Amino acid sequence: MSIGTGVVYSLLGIAVVFAALTMLMVIVVLLYRFTTPKAEAPAPVRAAEPPQTQEIVEFGFPEAPGSAGGVKLYDTPEKDAAMVMAIVADAMGKPLNELRFLSIRRVDAENGGSNEI
Amino acid sequence: MGGISAILGRLWSTSGFMLLTDVRQVVMIVLACILLYMGIHKKYEPLLLVGIAFGMLLTNLPGSGLYHPELWDAYIEGAMGLGEVIHEGGLLDILYIGVKIGLYPSLIFLGVGAMTDFGPLLANPKSLLLGAAAQFGIFTAFLMALILKFPANVAASIGIIGGADGPTAIWLTSILAPDYLAPIAIAAYSYMALIPLIQPPIMKALTTEKERTTVMEQLKPVSQRQKILFPIVVTIFVCLLLPSVAPLLGCLMLGNLLRETGVTARLSDTAQNGLMNTVTIFLSVSVGATARYDRFLNVRTLAIIGLGLMAFIFATIGGLLIGKLMYKLSGGKINPLIGSAGVSAVPMAARVSQVEGQKANPSNFLLMHAMGPNVAGVIGSAVAAGLLLALFG
Repeated sequence: MSIGTGVVYSLLGIAVVFAALTMLMVIVVLLYRFTTPKAEAPAPVRAAEPPQTQEIVEFGFPEAPGSAGGVKLYDTPEKDAAMVMAIVADAMGKPLNELRFLSIRRVDAENGGSNEI
Repeated sequence: MGGISAILGRLWSTSGFMLLTDVRQVVMIVLACILLYMGIHKKYEPLLLVGIAFGMLLTNLPGSGLYHPELWDAYIEGAMGLGEVIHEGGLLDILYIGVKIGLYPSLIFLGVGAMTDFGPLLANPKSLLLGAAAQFGIFTAFLMALILKFPANVAASIGIIGGADGPTAIWLTSILAPDYLAPIAIAAYSYMALIPLIQPPIMKALTTEKERTTVMEQLKPVSQRQKILFPIVVTIFVCLLLPSVAPLLGCLMLGNLLRETGVTARLSDTAQNGLMNTVTIFLSVSVGATARYDRFLNVRTLAIIGLGLMAFIFATIGGLLIGKLMYKLSGGKINPLIGSAGVSAVPMAARVSQVEGQKANPSNFLLMHAMGPNVAGVIGSAVAAGLLLALFG
């Protein structure tokens, strides 16, 4: 095969790959559009009111990209919270970044406190 | 006494040591040991490199009769059927049938599909463009191989090294240029292992500090239904567009469907583990066996190794350049470093993007964003392979 023909084949090749993957991109976008349920009006959510005695830590900095968002800590040190999240992820066999923790509250066994994760 | 010495003499004369008459056999044995060292000690793609190196070692031990390339020559010429090859061949000849008929690469793709999460790609479909751009290396290496006077079918097989996808390279080469299978497979897997060394200098050279520090927005959530529909839709679309790629892409998407359905966990587990591991052993050993001294040690092998490196470099450049373009078009929202992950090599290339991104900005997490182009690269290289097969098969 001559170099000139090779150049034509190469240009054709990269064009076909681009065309195929661009069409695939369009299909994926359409797939997303048609399979994503329309957003419903958000129902009023009653905010959980923590007991007065609990210390609430809420991260103020922006969410890390790729993470599942922030987590509220009620009377729980950051290190303990990190350990709890790691244990839950391990027990569920799921990567940590696929789980969403809304809040972690220290359980007060004597008072029969609820645990919320 | 004389009888014993006669027996020992006969034993010695029939031993492999007496048949070790060509210095190239020794060179290949040493080379196999070096590759074993790289796989075991340096941990360069050990799951494949150890098998390939051991197959190489076995095939170059004289007198073992494990692999007979002359039988495969006769098969290709039509002078011999598979039944005769099985009858007259050795153990590695029999294992090699799986490569020859394209069985192993497809089954490996089944396992790869079962292990791959296409979620990041579905969350950011533009990743597919980066996966396409990184196939630039394939066609650049193809052209370079033509300039070096390789026949078109061999040039296409050399080019596919740039897809950074071992099973795809083996699949295409076993059909288009079986004589070059060993150097192409070894080049592909070696460079995949060396991606953390090959890519970073190119990434730094082609991007600015400001581009590298770009923090990308969180990926949108992807539903289970979308993940189930994706492999079905891709199979229908791509296999209709390029029917020649159906064995590879069909298996990749079947594996992924088994993973995502939620009702075939056992099958997914088998595809990811038992089947994948078994086929990996067969594939690696039989590919290594094709590296016999009289066919492997020549100037063309060195040229293939060099062209393979070029293919990887240009694949990285292609992905980065489109990444830079997307950075500009998106108003600085896309970090161009994720473009280099389009060269497949899952997940190594994505990890390199993550590491380089964090070097520029320690609070940056690009891994999930880079996984999109990374898995798109697998689809892109399969499409490129199907196209090359359609053109030169």
